[in-house]
Amino acid sequence: MRLKLVKNDTNFDFLKLQKMTMVLSIFLVLASIGLFATVGLNLGIDFKGGILLEARNNTGPADISKVRNDLDTLKLGDVSLQGFGTETDVLIRIQRQEGDEKAQIAAIKAVTDILGSDFDIRRTEFVGPTVGAELAEKGVLAVICALMAILVYIWFRFEWQFSIAAILALSHDVLTTIGLFSLTSFEFNLATVAAILTIAGYSINDTVVVFDRVRENLRRYKSYEQRDILNRSLNETLSRTVMTSVTTLLALTAIVIFGGAVLRDFALAMIWGVVIGTYSSVFIAVGMLSRFDLKRVDQDDDGVEVPEYER
Amino acid sequence: MLQFEGWKKLLVLFVILLGVIFALPNLSSNQDDMLADGSDGSVFGFLPGKHINLGLDLQGGSHLLLRVDMDVVEQERLDSIGETIRQEFRNEKIRFAGLKVDGKAVKVTIRNAEDASKAKTTFNDLGNGLTINSDALDYAISFSEGGLTELQSNTIAQSIEIIRRRLDPEGTKEPVIQRQGIDRVLVQLPGVDDPEAVKRLLGRTAKLTFQLVDMRITPQEAIERGRVPPGSILLPSDNEDGRSFVVEKRVMVSGEMLENATASFDQNNQPAVSFQLDSAGAKRFGRVTGANIGRPFAIILDGKVVSAPTIQSQIFGSGQITGNFTVAETNELSLILRAGALPAPLIVMEERSIGPGLGADSIEAGKIAAIVGLCLVIIYMVLSYGTFGILADMALLVNVILIIAALSALQATLTLPGIAGIVLTMGMAVDANVLIFERIREELKRGRSVMAAIDGGYQRAISTIVDSNLTTLFAASFLYIFGSGPIKGFAVTLGIGIATSMFTAVMVTRLFIVLWLEHKKPNKLVL
Repeated sequence: MRLKLVKNDTNFDFLKLQKMTMVLSIFLVLASIGLFATVGLNLGIDFKGGILLEARNNTGPADISKVRNDLDTLKLGDVSLQGFGTETDVLIRIQRQEGDEKAQIAAIKAVTDILGSDFDIRRTEFVGPTVGAELAEKGVLAVICALMAILVYIWFRFEWQFSIAAILALSHDVLTTIGLFSLTSFEFNLATVAAILTIAGYSINDTVVVFDRVRENLRRYKSYEQRDILNRSLNETLSRTVMTSVTTLLALTAIVIFGGAVLRDFALAMIWGVVIGTYSSVFIAVGMLSRFDLKRVDQDDDGVEVPEYER
Repeated sequence: MLQFEGWKKLLVLFVILLGVIFALPNLSSNQDDMLADGSDGSVFGFLPGKHINLGLDLQGGSHLLLRVDMDVVEQERLDSIGETIRQEFRNEKIRFAGLKVDGKAVKVTIRNAEDASKAKTTFNDLGNGLTINSDALDYAISFSEGGLTELQSNTIAQSIEIIRRRLDPEGTKEPVIQRQGIDRVLVQLPGVDDPEAVKRLLGRTAKLTFQLVDMRITPQEAIERGRVPPGSILLPSDNEDGRSFVVEKRVMVSGEMLENATASFDQNNQPAVSFQLDSAGAKRFGRVTGANIGRPFAIILDGKVVSAPTIQSQIFGSGQITGNFTVAETNELSLILRAGALPAPLIVMEERSIGPGLGADSIEAGKIAAIVGLCLVIIYMVLSYGTFGILADMALLVNVILIIAALSALQATLTLPGIAGIVLTMGMAVDANVLIFERIREELKRGRSVMAAIDGGYQRAISTIVDSNLTTLFAASFLYIFGSGPIKGFAVTLGIGIATSMFTAVMVTRLFIVLWLEHKKPNKLVL
């Protein structure tokens, strides 16, 4: 008795849904870009600069309104307070203070003093404006470089059409993830960039597995129609795709539930990533491939040995 | 392919054994009991490995990125060059005017053209690293590119040394203090209970000087007239009482001549700092005090006058600094004075401080998530693939052990996102096994024999595994290159996880399968 989430011989016509998914995807991407341009992102202090304090009340539940009043007297400008994790915890975000770094440090001290001995400061984070801008730059660079490296590698291992399909799928993933953050106003900080890169890694992982199968089938079933080959490849890899998605989701769910407040946002972003990564590998990457005329030639240089009994 | 030769089997077993050995030290619970070389006294002591290196977000600590204010250093050097020029010109009887520091240069005008060559010699004697521009008899002396770079390097090296002495005077804490870029210093201090104290220790330059009070003019007159006599300067008091003092610029004794400084109490039982001067300092102090009995001298800390006692008698080696201090302040001040003055102010550009409470909680949460995640994946694999699922799960456990071993052996830093990386790897590591098993299923469906199916499955899957893992590795590499702190930790664990998953999927699972096959010799396989 086996747990089989995917039947043995599936034969979905994935490509039939091509037009619909294409429209959906274009809509999602445009919506994401639109949201990013208008609503923008809820940038964390990592990029905007500013101060973050996590405080825990060691005498009982935190009285957020009292803390807010106390902080108002300090006149520190834009201060945001939220409960965090358990009810004794409070997360205080303070905008970048006027003036140089000394002013920021002074502000931290003022807040710590006014909170007094009732509160344990669990965590302090302060990012000066210079460093914030640098981190933002590095974040963007990291994503772009990773995407380029992947592009080149796919081009090298497969054909150029595959490379284009892959980059479209990846860009779709990155853009829609940014759109999601814009829509939900989840905090966009360094951990988010890490999540985006991991999502890219996971998505390309998925895509490569399908591409690999497509390449193999293109060679093996030379007489079949391209469309049928693509569909067949998708069906053949479906059970593996579902398996890996499930195991990854299981692991991520464990993090969301048990991993603590700090990791939760990261894990949630990753869960979204698994979903969108799988979607893009199936519908966008292969969908794009279907628009090209793919070669059926025996490629000697791709390093995949076709075993004796296959020929 | 299923000829899994004897030596290959041994190699895999050996690697697994190594993994266990290097991972074991992490079972010994108390990291604080570690001896200096990372081993502990218990039974685990003879093992070669060490504990995993926990990041600041897991063990608690402070991460500070500091900028050394080079402008201040440059100004001070130029000031000092200016004073040297003043002295030399006086000695050489060169008449001059308009000697001042203007922006990034010392400017002076020579009165007599005949003095030009003598002036040039003086300038050259000032040392290397300076550029001398002249326009008729107007001279401007500034730092050259090379000179500035050297000044920066020296200042930073000195700053690092002083920071170390202030933060870790006994050499027990293992802080990370390194240069970053042209003018920055990175400080990572683990196990810090009070991040504010760290910032206080680094916040004072602690430049201590003793200078004679200028008796020619009272502070009020200087304020009214708006100027001070040449060679003197108006300084505020440290005591927030609004007083000022006119002191000579010439420094009698400076903090470098301090041999020791300790917190103590004065005759009124007020907290004070007692100091001792080294022999050169003592001699100079004795000379000056001997020649100036009855005159007050100012004790100046970071440009503010702490106190201005009158010289009662000739003083040699030691003395006391009194002022408006609390006991805590005298403790900190004596530590800072012992460590030495910072050559330039340090400006905090970035701070991340995690209290130990949060650190411990994060570890707990990470552990639970990892264990739960592992169990879920294990159960799912068994349900889906039966016996082979069990074999894959054993390989997964080996994978986790290898990751921990690699992290311990390499002393790579494990951060909270790093733990997430490990859990994620567990989910993705199964992928390689799944690829192989799905292939084997297909081969079986095509009617191959058990051996041929397994063989074929491995052969076909390997290239896919390599391709897909390599691309994820690219993502991890760029995260590592451009990331910092916890993100770097995540990239490292992800990278290590990918490497170990590839190894376990290809070698370890295969070993288990081969062993099982040799044991059971099935002629039919239901996967």
